[in-house]
This record gives sequence, structure tokens and C-alpha cells, in this order.
Amino acid sequence: MIEQYIPIFLVLAFAITFGVVTVFSSEIFGPKRPTSEKLSTYESGMKPIGTTTERISIKYYMVAMLFIIFDLEVIFVYPWAVQFRSLYNEFGMFAFYSMLVFLIVFEIGYLYAYKKGGFNWD
Amino acid sequence: MIPTALEFQLLLPVLIIAAGILISLIIEMFSSKSEKILPWFSIALFVSTAYYSLLTVGHERIIFNSMLAAGGTANIFFFVFTFGAAIVTLISIDYIKKIGMYYGEYYILLQSAVLGMMLMANAQDLVMIFMGLEQMSVCFYILAGFNRKKIKSNEAAMKYFLLGAFATGFIVYGIALMYGVAQTMSIPAIANGLLIYSDNIIFVAGLLLFIIGFSFKIAAVPFHMWVPDVYQGSPTSITALMSTGGKAAAFSSLLIIFTPLFATTQSTLFQPYLVVIATLSMLLGSIVAIAQTDLKRMLAYSSISHAGYILIGVAAGSELGIASVIFYLSAYTFMNLGTFGIISMIENKDEGNLSLNDYSGLGNKKPMLAALLAIFMFALAGIPPFAGFFGKYYVFIAAIESNLTWLAIVGVLSSVISIYFYLRVVVVMYFQKDENILNVEDSSPALLGIMISALLVIVMGIAPGSIINLISNFVK
Amino acid sequence: MTELIYLTVLLPLIGFLINGLFGSKIKNEKIIGTIGSGAIGLSFIVVLLILIETLGKPADQRVTIVTLFQWMKVGNLDISIAYQVDQLSILMALIVTGIGFLIHVYSIGYMHGDKGFWRFFAYLNLFIFAMMNLILADNFVLLFLGWEGVGLCSYLLIGFWYDRKFEKSTTASAAKKAFVINRIGDFGFLLGIFLIYMTFGSLNFTEVFTAANHIPVDESVVSFIALFLFIGAIGKSAQIPLFVWLPDAMAGPTPVSALIHAATMVTAGVYMVARCSIFYAMAPTIMMVVAIIGLLTAMFAATIGLVQNDIKKVLAYSTVSQLGYMFLALGVGAFTSGIFHVMTHAFFKALLFLGAGSVIHGMHHEQNIQKYGGLKKYMPVTFITFLIACIAIAGIPPFSGFFSKDEILWYSYAKGNFLFWLIGALTALITAFYMFRLLSLTFFGKERFDKHHVHPHESPKVMTVPLIILAFFSIVAGFIGIPEVFSGEGGNQIKNWLAPVFADAHSKKITYGMPSHFVEILLMVISVAGAAAAIWLARHVYLTKPGLADQIANRMKKGYSVLLNKYYVDEIYNKLIVQPIYKVSDGFLFKFTDVKIIDGTINRTASLIDLFSNNIKRIQTGVAQFYAIIMMIGIVIALFWIIVSLI
Repeated sequence: MIEQYIPIFLVLAFAITFGVVTVFSSEIFGPKRPTSEKLSTYESGMKPIGTTTERISIKYYMVAMLFIIFDLEVIFVYPWAVQFRSLYNEFGMFAFYSMLVFLIVFEIGYLYAYKKGGFNWD
Repeated sequence: MIPTALEFQLLLPVLIIAAGILISLIIEMFSSKSEKILPWFSIALFVSTAYYSLLTVGHERIIFNSMLAAGGTANIFFFVFTFGAAIVTLISIDYIKKIGMYYGEYYILLQSAVLGMMLMANAQDLVMIFMGLEQMSVCFYILAGFNRKKIKSNEAAMKYFLLGAFATGFIVYGIALMYGVAQTMSIPAIANGLLIYSDNIIFVAGLLLFIIGFSFKIAAVPFHMWVPDVYQGSPTSITALMSTGGKAAAFSSLLIIFTPLFATTQSTLFQPYLVVIATLSMLLGSIVAIAQTDLKRMLAYSSISHAGYILIGVAAGSELGIASVIFYLSAYTFMNLGTFGIISMIENKDEGNLSLNDYSGLGNKKPMLAALLAIFMFALAGIPPFAGFFGKYYVFIAAIESNLTWLAIVGVLSSVISIYFYLRVVVVMYFQKDENILNVEDSSPALLGIMISALLVIVMGIAPGSIINLISNFVK
Repeated sequence: MTELIYLTVLLPLIGFLINGLFGSKIKNEKIIGTIGSGAIGLSFIVVLLILIETLGKPADQRVTIVTLFQWMKVGNLDISIAYQVDQLSILMALIVTGIGFLIHVYSIGYMHGDKGFWRFFAYLNLFIFAMMNLILADNFVLLFLGWEGVGLCSYLLIGFWYDRKFEKSTTASAAKKAFVINRIGDFGFLLGIFLIYMTFGSLNFTEVFTAANHIPVDESVVSFIALFLFIGAIGKSAQIPLFVWLPDAMAGPTPVSALIHAATMVTAGVYMVARCSIFYAMAPTIMMVVAIIGLLTAMFAATIGLVQNDIKKVLAYSTVSQLGYMFLALGVGAFTSGIFHVMTHAFFKALLFLGAGSVIHGMHHEQNIQKYGGLKKYMPVTFITFLIACIAIAGIPPFSGFFSKDEILWYSYAKGNFLFWLIGALTALITAFYMFRLLSLTFFGKERFDKHHVHPHESPKVMTVPLIILAFFSIVAGFIGIPEVFSGEGGNQIKNWLAPVFADAHSKKITYGMPSHFVEILLMVISVAGAAAAIWLARHVYLTKPGLADQIANRMKKGYSVLLNKYYVDEIYNKLIVQPIYKVSDGFLFKFTDVKIIDGTINRTASLIDLFSNNIKRIQTGVAQFYAIIMMIGIVIALFWIIVSLI
């Protein structure tokens, strides 16, 4: 039972090692030329200190939500594509059609966002 | 295993709605007249699904690799959801224009919410239940805040979202614990090993957390705190659907979980829990409703107490109990929809005319609406010959047959208390001098929806025996 | 076809809903009247078709149960909305819809111009709906529902002109009186139903009657059942001691008196006793009680009818008296004759009331017969039809009343009690006398009304045509019940038709010592001769020698005033029952028990709950975090409980 999880543990270990190694190696080997911008807390480009009710442009949310569409698509399509041969052997064309229906549903959502002006930055 | 054509055919009600959502999206995209087309398209969609569900009710079958069920009680719930949604749509047509919040997404989200409810009612897998629940809830979160220029609507959406997510967390945690013990999420598979698992503290705790999550969705005390604020703040038509379809869907999932449990020797495992929250819900709902002056808020508390009555049927844990729960939910759906329909007609642009005093003299000004509202109030209060009476009646009978007589007595007492605030509405309408000027815009679609509800409430009150027989046939 | 019986119930209901909900908007009398009458007319056609189909079936297959839906089911108690279509219910349904239809049509003319026209037709349709439920029901609960329904309609229609005066008070109080007195009877009826359920464990007619027929039951229990049911019948059918409401019921419009308080509703008691004939056959004592009460009522009411001056009052007492006859028939075990009399009586009494209505209509709402006279030439159709009805009720052959009344008298003699026959025959004479007194004072003699202000006129066609149809049936309806002494063995059609319904009851007991045909014919001749003599006497007293009546009244002042004041029954009831109850109610039950104890308790409880309510609602702070905390507390307690209970 526990053996099944070994790949996951391996990935986990690798991720941790990778994170720790990169952070510490840049700390050790990187040159240091501090400015006030660089010394402030990292907040993905936002100002770290301000009023709590500061408004963020709606455009960011639009992008984030559109990203979800592609994100989900990749999550489902990628493993499907990798395993398609064995799926095809087992289910025949049904394996193909189910993904097709899934994609149609997705694309209608995508088209809807496009039609409603979700891609207009201004 | 590839699903057979028959399985798709059995699932047709769900597929119709799903296809309907996509078509609605396309209509909304390409048609400039979507405001006119969409509501009637939704109604056609809902009514045809409702009709088809009743037509093919049959016996329950497990389909799609035991992910879903079709037929039986699921189809009865389908009917309640879709027909209820059709009435909500009728009510909405003029209401959302009046409030000034027409966006095409309104009807699409309504359809999506119904799809979620349907998945909750026919799921046979914990993941499916969760998926349906989230689909419904997310739509409701958005719809609750649909009147986006009003601060109350925003507040309602925010609170609903925060607390709903909180409750969902417990459901997922519960599912995880159950999966940890049972190694499967399939409900029939879990049901097979239920006797072994029911001694396992991890599994039982998981099941309890799962049930608690749904106790939140059905608005049972002490997980009810969101209800008054959300019901009051949301647009009235959405409150109507939330309080009826949403509640019925949550109960349908509870029944899916509980039905296999009732078949085992451990059938009374959760009875103490159910009994306690049923008692608390009935009493608190009825008592606090008395102090309310806002009609929507009053109905929110009334909804809490009705959840309590329905829980009596679940606690009874018998076939009659389950049948009575389904009967009660259908009756409650239509009487509540009618009531909210009338409220939405009387409500004015700025969400005024919602307090009880605004209804004074309605009997003279709008005799038709007043008479209909009186019918719904009598029905909600449980006065024969309307559906509400027989809903309570069967629930109490089920409780007495399961040796829960005292619970039935508490239910009766709570009903007595609740008569006060229901009949107060009637008194205000007919016997109070009207000081205010009431401008009620006529809306024939809404009136049609309300009259259909009234008709169903009366029919269910006249022929309850036949209907409960029909339901009992499909309860395992 | 038989399955369509539900239409006869549904159509009047639809009529009621249309007229009741939209009548005030329609306003057009023609449309309202057509909807109201049409619904009943169609129902009549349906019943007629069912009759024709049933006639084609063999006698033992004429009972059909049509179940519409189950109403409720608890344990053994299974109550369905189901209609029993058999010989008895078809006959009753024909009477109700047929006469009902004619009276609906008549009302279009009679109620013309009334501001409550739509309300009137809505109530009438509701009445037919309830009455059809009553007679078609296949169980006691539905029967009771119809029973209460007709009571409600009776109440609504008696008080129809709620803003008018009636005698010393208002029509509303007359309506109230009818309702309250009926409740006394209903109380007995309900007890009977409870006892039936306790004894037989069912309320379905077929089940109960089969059980009663085959399972040995204590006779005292059956006697109580029969008695309680009879108390219900007493209330509805206005028998001693609960008859006082019927004369007051004349406060309603005349078509109502014809339909509800003469032809149909008041015979519901007779129908119910006949339906439950098996109980009565098993309880001979109660049967005797039924016979005696019927006989006394017949006599008692007839004597009051002798001296009344209000045209509708006379007819009302005559109705009470005729209902007494029907109960006499049931009491001596002649169920068929009782139902036969229900039918013939429905025709001629409806005709009498409608005729009276026509007179009242033509005389500008004057009801005192002392202020009529000589109306024959003003309203010929009304006169002729009224005359036919009078002959029918007086029992002159070959009019319908003769056959049914004579059959009842014959069975009361055949039952072996000469006294029953004697009092019955005497009542028949009195009946003939007061009916012709009424006829003479109204249509013959001097014109005693104020000719300058009152211009009598014949009523419109819409009113006279129903009169003519009813008159036709008043003449011929008797021929379906020609006594076997004339028609030979098995020649009595209605007896053959109804025989299967009462077969069980007859098999239980009731054996007649059959006297010879000679005696039967002799008795017949005596009663007919007596009636003829009474008719001559009435004409002599009121036409040939006017003033003679006053002289007699003067000579027997005491007797006259006792009769005129209806034996002071109302006054006695008022003194002995109403006043004491009122005093106890007002002084003790109301001012002390109700106000102090009940209201006090409720008010205290209510204010306590209010206090709770106002405090608990403060928990609802509006802060989402707080809500989450409350939820969390609940979850922790629940988890704690489950852990403790499992370990």
C-alpha cells in the first residue's frame, strides 16, 4: 500500500531539495547590490504597505479566471494524451469522443468569455 | 466500461439541462434579443425536464460505473428542482427588470445551479455529491450577490461564500476520513461494509463531519447563522430557489447517505444528533421568527424551523420517514416559491415594501394576491386542507411509528408557535388599516407561477394519500 | 361510462370556481346563469347516461366503485375519494342533478337584478358539489364531508340576504340557528362514525356493511351506532326535536328553499339511514324509535301547518311533515318506500316552492296568504301547476304522491300496528286540508291585496317552464312504483330497482304478516276518500263560506293560538335550553374560563415566547466570524458526543 506512494514521496523530496538548494545557492553565490526597492518585502510587484481597502483593477481577475480555463484544459488533456494509446485499446473511440465533448464544453466557455469582451484590456 | 446507450437515456434529464446550459450560453453570445428568449427557453427546458423525469420515474438503477443513479426518488427530486426552477424563472422575468439587474448570466447560472442540485440527488459516489454541491453552491454564491449595486446583496454573497466554504471544508474532510477507512468513495461499496466501518471511530467521525456540512446547507441550528442575512440580502427570486431547491438538494444527498445506514442494525447511530438539531431548529426557528418585522427575514427563520420538521422524518429512519421527507420537501418547495413570488411582486425598485406593515390593507388593494398569500401562509402554518398540513402530518406519523413520540410533540408545539407569525401576515393584510400607498406592478408571468404553486399546494393537500403512495413505491 | 361519475362532482365544482372567483367581474347575468345551470345540466346528462348503461347490466352487477385517489392512509384507516355508483346513489343523483338543474334555470328569472346574483349561483353550484359527494361517497368520511358541505351551503344561502330583516330578527340569525341545530345532529353522527370505526375497523361502506352482515356483533353496539346515526339524520332532516331550524330557513331566497330545504338536502338524513339500513335491521328497538319519531313529526308539523299564514311557512311545515313520513317508512322497514317518497316528494315539493316563489315574485315579495286571493286569472300557469302539486301531495290517484304515500301507509299497517296507519292516514287528511286551504286562499276568492300598489303578473318563461316540467313529473313519477296489488307480482319498478341495495337488511329480519289484497285496497280507498273529503272541507270553509274559519278560530281560541305559535316550541327551547346555556357560557365559560384562564395562560405564554424571541434574536450579530464560531462550537460538541458514545 505504502509502496504505491513512493513516486510521490520522491517528487516531494526532489521539490523540497530543489527549492532549498536554489534559494540558498542564490544567497551564497549571488552578488548583493541592495536598493530600497529591493529591500522591501516581496509582494508580486505590489506596494507592500498601504490602506487595506485598496482596490485592484478588475482586469487582473479576468486574466486569472481565463487562466483557469487553460490551466484545467492542460491538467486534463496532458495525462489523457500521454495515456491515449492504452485508453484507445481499452475503450476504443469512446476515449476520443469523451475528450472531444469535454473540449467542446470548454471552448464554448472560452468563446463566451471572448464574445463578452473578456480579452479587451481597455 | 463504456456506458451503454441505455445509461445515457436514463440520464437524459441531467443531460437535457447540461445541453440547455450550453445552448443558453450560445444564445446569450450571439442573440441581441437574448433577454426575451432566454427566460422562456429556460422555462421550456425546465418544464420538459420535469415532465420527462416524472414520465420515466421507474425504479432506481445504478449507472455509469456506480457513479450515478437514475430513476426512483432521484427522478422525483428532479421534478421538484426543475419544476420549482421553472416557477422561479416565471417569477424572475419581471422582477429582475424591476430591480434593474438583468444580465444574461442570471438564467444560465440558474440552470447551472439546477444541474448541481440534480447531480446531488442522483449521485452514488461521494465525489459526485461533492461536485454537485459545489456546482450548486458556487452558482448560489454568485446569484446571491447578483444585485451588485446593493450593499446588502454583496454582504449576503460574501457571508454565504465565506461560511459556505467553511462548511464545504468539513464535507471534504469528512469524505477524506471515510475514504481513508473504506478505501473507496462509492456509496454502494461503502454501504456493503457499513457494519464493519460503523465501529471505526475515524469513519464515524468522517461521516459526522460530512453530515454536519450538509446540516449547514439545510440550515439546521446551530449551523443556521448565515440563513437570515443571506435570505434577506439576496434578490428575492434567488432566495426563493435557495430556500427550496437548495434545501431539497441538500436533503436528497443526506437521504442518499442515510438510506443504506437505515438498512443496517446501526440505523439509530446518528439519531441523537438528528433529534437534537431537529428540536433546536424547530424551536429556534419558530420562536425567533416571531420577533421579525421583515418578511424575508421572517421566512428565513421559518425556513430554519421547516428544516427541523423535515429532519424529524430523517430521524425516524423508516421508509415512511423517507417518503414523508420527500413529500414535505415537495410541499415546502411549492408553498415557499409561491410566498416568495408574491413578495417579489410587492417589493419595489429599492427593495422597499418588505416589512410586514407594508402589507396592511393588501386584502382591499390586491384581493387576488392577498388571497393567494393567505393560502400560502395557511399552508406554511400547516392548516388543512393545504399541502403543509399533510407534510407535517406524515413526518409526525413517521416519528411516532419509530418511537419518537416526544419529538412529534415538540414538532406540534413548535407548529403552534409558528401559527402566530404566519397568521399575523393574514391579519395585517385583511384587518389592519392601510396607511401607505402601495404600487404593485402587475406581472402576469409571476402571477402564473404563483397560481401554479397554489394549485399544487391545494392538490397536494387534497390527494396526499395517492402522492405519498407514489413516493413510497420508489423508496427502497 | 360509469367511470365518468367524477364529472358529476367536478362540473359543479368548476361552476362554483368560475362563478365564485370571477363572477363579480363577469357581471353579465346570462353568462353566470348559463355557467351555473349548464354545469348542473351536464352533470344530469352524465347521470342519465350512467343510468341507461346500468339498466343494461344484470341486477347483481350494478354496483361500481370508482376510486379517484387516496386521500389519506394511517394504519388501518384508508380513506379514498371514491364514489359508489349503485342503484340508490344513481336514483339520488338523478333527483339532485335533475331538480337541481330546473331550479338553477328558474333562479335565473327569480334572482334577476339581485346584486348578489353571481354569489347565489356560486353557492348553489357549491351545494350541488357537496350534495353529490354526500350521495356518491363510498365511505363515511366523504359522506360526512359532503354532509358538512351541504350544511355550510345551507347556512350561506339562508343568510343570503344578510342585510334583510326576517321576522323578529335578521336572516343571519336564522342561518345561525340552522347551523347550530345541525351541529347537534352532526355531533351524534360523528359519534356514530367513531363507533363504527371502533367496531368494524373500517369506514368503507362495502367493508363495514359486509362485516355487519357476517360477523356477529353485539346488538347493543349496533343499536348505539344506529341511534347515533339517526341523531345525525334528525338534525339534517328536521325531525322532532331538532326540526325548529327548517321553518326559519325560509329566510333564504325561495329557489333555495325549494332545492335545499325541500327537495334534496333535508332528505340526506333519509338517504343516510337507508344507506345504513343493515344497522337498523339489526337493531329493532331503534327502528321503532325511528318510526315513532317520524310519525310524531308528521302529525305535529301537519297540525302547525293548518293555521300558518306565511305561504313559505306552510310549505316548510309540510316538508317537515313529509320527512316524517319518510322516516316512518324507514322505521317500519319499508326502505324502498321511503326512498320512493323522497323522489316523488322532491318533485311536488320543489314544484310547490317554485310556484310559491312565482306567486311571491308576482306579488312584490308579499308572503302573507291572507293578502292574496283570486290570483288564478293573473297567473294561470302558476295556478295550474300549483294545483297539480297540491293534488299530488294530497294523495289523489293517479298523481305521484298517492303511490308513495299510500305505500308507506300500507307498510305501516302491514307491520302490524294499526295505530301507525291511523295517525298516518289522519296526517294525510290534514295535509290535504291545509294544502287546499293554501290553494283556495291564494288563487280563489276575493282579491284581498291593495290593487293600487300591487299588480300581480305571471312570471317569465324561464320560471314557468321549470314549473311545467316539474308538474309533468309530479303527475307521472308515481307510475314507476305502482303497488303490486295492481301491477302484479314484480310489477313495482322502483322496488325491483332498489331491491339489491336493501337485500341484506331485508334478509336480517322484517317479515310482514301480509294481510289480504282486500284490506290493502280497502285502506287505499279509505285514505283517498278521506283526502277528497278534506279537500271539499277546505274549499267549503275558505271559499263557500268565508268567515267560517274565523268563527272556528274564535271558538277554539286556545287551541288556535297554540297552533299559530307552533306549540311554543321555540319559546320552550329558548327558556329551557338556550337561555341557561347562554348564561353559563357568558358568566362562567366566557368571562371566567375563557378570559381569565385560557386567555390568561395564552397571553402569558405568548409574552414569554416574545421575551425569548427578542433575546435570542440578538445572537444574530451580523458578523460572519461570530457565525463561524457558533458553527465551530456545534461541530466540537457533535464530535465530542460521537467520540464519547463510541468509546
